[in-house]
Amino acid sequence: MNEMTTSEAGDQVAGDTREMNMIEAINSALDIMLGRDDDVVLLGEDIGYFGGVFRCTAGLQEKHGKTRVFDTPISECGIIGVAVGMGAYGLRPVPEIQFADYIYPGLDQLISEAARLRYRSAAEFIAPMTVRSPFGGGIFGGQTHSQSPEAIFTHVSGLKTVIPATPYDAKGLLISCIEDNDPVIFFEPKRIYNGPFNGYYDRPAKTWKGFAEAQVPEGYYKIPLGKARKVTEGDALTVLAYGTMVHVAEEVCRQKGVDAEILDLRTLVPLDIEAIEESIAKTGKCMIVHEATKTSGFGAELSALVQERCFYHLEAPIERVTGFDTPYPHSLEWAYFPGPVRIGEAIDKLLSE
Amino acid sequence: MAKGTDETGSNRPKLALHVPEPRYRPGDTVDFSDLDISEPGKQPRPDETAEARETFPLCDDLIRVLGDDDQAHGPWDPRLSPETLRQMLREMALVRAFDNRMYRAQRQGKTSFYMKCTGEEATSVCATHALAGDDMIFPSYRQQGCLIARGYELTEMVNQIYSNKADKLKGRQLPIMYCSKRLNFFSISGNLATQLPQATGFAMASASKGDSRIAATWVGEGSTAEGDFHSALTFATVYNAPVIFNVINNQWAISSFSGFAGAERATFAARAIGYGMAGLRVDGNDPLAVYAAERWAADRARSNAGPTLIEHFTYRAEGHSTSDDPSAYRSAEEREEWPLGDPVMRLKRHLISLGEWSDEQQEEMDAELDAMVRAAMKEAEKNGILGHGLHHPFHTMFEDVFEELPWHLEEQADQAIRERRIKFPGDPAE
Repeated sequence: MNEMTTSEAGDQVAGDTREMNMIEAINSALDIMLGRDDDVVLLGEDIGYFGGVFRCTAGLQEKHGKTRVFDTPISECGIIGVAVGMGAYGLRPVPEIQFADYIYPGLDQLISEAARLRYRSAAEFIAPMTVRSPFGGGIFGGQTHSQSPEAIFTHVSGLKTVIPATPYDAKGLLISCIEDNDPVIFFEPKRIYNGPFNGYYDRPAKTWKGFAEAQVPEGYYKIPLGKARKVTEGDALTVLAYGTMVHVAEEVCRQKGVDAEILDLRTLVPLDIEAIEESIAKTGKCMIVHEATKTSGFGAELSALVQERCFYHLEAPIERVTGFDTPYPHSLEWAYFPGPVRIGEAIDKLLSE
Repeated sequence: MAKGTDETGSNRPKLALHVPEPRYRPGDTVDFSDLDISEPGKQPRPDETAEARETFPLCDDLIRVLGDDDQAHGPWDPRLSPETLRQMLREMALVRAFDNRMYRAQRQGKTSFYMKCTGEEATSVCATHALAGDDMIFPSYRQQGCLIARGYELTEMVNQIYSNKADKLKGRQLPIMYCSKRLNFFSISGNLATQLPQATGFAMASASKGDSRIAATWVGEGSTAEGDFHSALTFATVYNAPVIFNVINNQWAISSFSGFAGAERATFAARAIGYGMAGLRVDGNDPLAVYAAERWAADRARSNAGPTLIEHFTYRAEGHSTSDDPSAYRSAEEREEWPLGDPVMRLKRHLISLGEWSDEQQEEMDAELDAMVRAAMKEAEKNGILGHGLHHPFHTMFEDVFEELPWHLEEQADQAIRERRIKFPGDPAE
């Protein structure tokens, strides 16, 4: 699947495209980076022989060997901790945390160590790791397989946080993350691994088949960190979203016939503030959508930034559409989820101003 | 709510919570005569590549080489040359001289904080001598002896402690949180035990590359209670990583005695047994025993025979740090009564007994080392002391958060510099 990926020049050689879902796109990115750079290693629970519970590393151990792609003990503290040490040696580890909900035992190693190592050692040591982890709900995962903890990480100085919304972006962003010399949290919205989810959980699930964003180059290419993607152009309002919620917001705007400008932020830190400012200067209205809980969520940061920097362009109060401030409930998952009704209400409110 | 055993008709006894209590508190008379101190030279020395279980009896023993007769005894005698012994003595004495001067410097207001390692010098200096220079050290905060044994310049250490404009770490770290990539000395963290999985990861990386470098890490007995300790030892045994875990059991974690890390039930070396890892328990105040144990573990790791846990049984003779007052929680007699003596004095007496050293030479050396330290301090003071203006430029505060400055940090850097201009108008320094 990736014979053509090794370019001596190391620049963009995307090559022919093939339809991939997000899992395949991530697998392709990992495969290419394992092939290009001997210092890239993959480690995590069940990622080796088995290929990961979501299959993102399927076939990679067989292809690249057991010392490059291997299983770990069930210890997130250990996984992140050894990845810091591997980085100190000169490797470029890509640890997988099986679910974002499991990342908390590794927080001290992420926050106090990986994120701070460059600073505290005056750049003598760095932690060039990319922590991959599926996040978000909508799969009946209950409270320990559904969370969106991105704001915990955006609050930490020294960490980058990246969240793709399409197979094409997932691959290009992941390659950028692995090559980045800073620690990156790469959250994979697992609800859209197999197809874009428009928020209508009671309708048949779609696959990525036939979507332009699923046409993924077989070879190496990068999408720069810190650049948002303009999903739709519009004048009526600006939507700031990332991950699964990009697709839900897009569907609601389409149904309501709203001329919305939807920005898929792609990278929360560093944030593409220019794209945000430019869009709001045009539309004068801003809706922020995320699945995570509301209080101190990343939407609060976005809202504050828009208020500070775009106040005189705003024609209406900023709307935040988020999950509720509860643990992610199992049976009431869709009552928690910021779906079409919640988004629709916010749009109506914005447009009525 | 149930009111006790009566309502259930049970005659089960009442449970009782055990909260550990050290044997001696301030004012108490100290008697360590019942401490199990083994006879030097009597501990067997397994082959470096032996099965881990052959070391398990040593986890409840105490490897000792230097006897009360100042002679080296038994199979663990590393048979070091007098030159090496004198060098180790010199470095331990230098650590002590440095500690004494820097403690005073803190009291004089030249910096915010300092930590001495008095009584524990052998556990870092002599252990470092047993490693290769390119082996990676993942220290805790009381391992200045490792840096000094690797020849780090005293002036650089003082610059760091003063957080001045010449501080290689740009004034970002608490004093004594050194870092030197050149000397393979990893950046020190104030969050305890985090270095243990990191050392394991470094060792795994080295092994995966077919390299020959190993990793050695240090941790206090108190922070073996952290989850990182368990993660690190699990990973180390799972992947047979070439790493040495040095647990410095100095009896006290600030005011909490070792019982709060489990010492009432088992030795720290015995933690190795549950992991199937080699474990050694060594007299940490015996420079020869420390060297021998570390060398055994280093040779073992380098021959792919796996990791080792070494408990260095020692005593923290001073307070935890300049912010601590040990007279508030432990008996002042403990230090004098500690049965394993002073590592500097023990090595000095050993060298004298070999006819390779004298009290006069020791005195002369101590004076020379003290002068060296004072000269380094003077040199460093030219670059400033903490809080007296000679710091790194403000913009450096925002550098190295990331490899490149994102827009939000650039904006905040502009703000910091603007604030400085308002506070100190006309001051050209930024």
